[in-house]
Amino acid sequence: MEMRTTFHKKLREIQDDVLAMGSMVEKANSRSIEALKGRDLDTARSVISDDPKINRKRFEVEEKCIQIIATQQPMAGDLRAIICVLNVITEMERIADHAQGIAKIVLMIGDEPPLKPLIDIPRMADKVNDMLRRSLDAFISRNADAARQITAEDDEVDDLYNQVFRELLSFMIEDPRTITRATRLIWVAHNLERSADRVTNICERVIYLVTGKMEEIDA
Amino acid sequence: MTAASTVSRDRMPEHSTTKIRTEGVSLYYGAFQALRNITLDIPERAITAIIGPSGCGKSTFLRIFNRMNDLIPGARVEGTIQLEGIDIYDRCIDVVELRKRVGMVFQKPNPFPMSVFENVAFGPRRHGGNNRGELADIVEKSLRQAALWDEVKDKLDKSAFDLSGGQQQRLCIARVLAVEPQVILMDEPCSALDPVATLKIEDLMRQLSNSYTIVIVTHNMQQAARASDISAFLLMEPDRAGVLVECGPTSQLFTSPKDKRTEDYITGRFG
Repeated sequence: MEMRTTFHKKLREIQDDVLAMGSMVEKANSRSIEALKGRDLDTARSVISDDPKINRKRFEVEEKCIQIIATQQPMAGDLRAIICVLNVITEMERIADHAQGIAKIVLMIGDEPPLKPLIDIPRMADKVNDMLRRSLDAFISRNADAARQITAEDDEVDDLYNQVFRELLSFMIEDPRTITRATRLIWVAHNLERSADRVTNICERVIYLVTGKMEEIDA
Repeated sequence: MTAASTVSRDRMPEHSTTKIRTEGVSLYYGAFQALRNITLDIPERAITAIIGPSGCGKSTFLRIFNRMNDLIPGARVEGTIQLEGIDIYDRCIDVVELRKRVGMVFQKPNPFPMSVFENVAFGPRRHGGNNRGELADIVEKSLRQAALWDEVKDKLDKSAFDLSGGQQQRLCIARVLAVEPQVILMDEPCSALDPVATLKIEDLMRQLSNSYTIVIVTHNMQQAARASDISAFLLMEPDRAGVLVECGPTSQLFTSPKDKRTEDYITGRFG
């Protein structure tokens, strides 16, 4: 006979909410880059207008966590799972804010001619989404090794960021008229680099959930 | 006008139907007033927990619902208590029939000194069922509902006292279920049980709440928080009469109670 079925049902619901929020965030991220690539201002605007939905989802999950702590007295791994969720949703909400930030930059760029074909920035975005998705898988499957592996991949995003930065710097040195456009793209890349750091934070929390130990990962 | 009467009905979940309605209920033991002016709706097919410090009248209040207080000399009830709209203190009410509809589980498991089977069959027999086949069906169904069948199916003829405390309590629940009640009153049903047996009873209560209305009195606030849908907080006033301070969805009462006294009680500042 499984004990505490009510509690575990509620915990599963919360975990499902985390996954649902994750896919909302992932979508915001992809669409912001889609908008950038295609100079698609409508898509950029929709990323901005959808952000409050993600914020609301975060509050909704937070509320459920508070209620489950107050009413179900979770202990040990169950308690760590709830604390992990509270941290994960905060990080995800911030990742969504970075996506919204990119969408705002797209609106600033407007119909300015593209500086260069975008290659590394979309790769960064894909990598961030991939890391986010796998970090949530690691959370659901309680896999600390997978979480550690993902944190190691943050270096790839950092490398891409440095590459983008150097390349855009060379554009600016060559032709100062590109400074405005290049700076905006650096902002975009910076947003993505920060998102990857936040995924690393999510992974730290997954490691804590599984091992009970707080590990600071150098990202 | 006391705080009790200010608790309004709009704090109940919107979807629920009221099973038991109490309006301005006061209870006296002779000259002593034990409960004052309690107005509270018990929603159908949900678990309502009554919490409060010792002596605040929780059990007394619970016993109003199946007129157990009638057995105490000098006890007198004022106000109205309706079960599905019918006044249960009306003179034409058959108390035996009422107690069949509103069953009760007590603090200490109290199986009868007979076999597991006979404990569960006792009620249906009393209410006229004597067919062995039918009784066997009722016993099995009740024991299954009480999540006890798998543990006792091979020892139905053994004495009920051979069961563990937790099993005995589930047997008492099965005994109540056997007469097909609508409401189950539970007076500190887990206070004599260990934590594992307690969680089993709580899980059982959750399952039963799909079909029955459950009212539980508990001095264990964590249990009320874990196991109930609605919580009602009773408190003793200076003259020792119990009043209803606050009632609302459990998730709300334990995260943001509306009354300072509730907050003080559930955070352990008094009581």
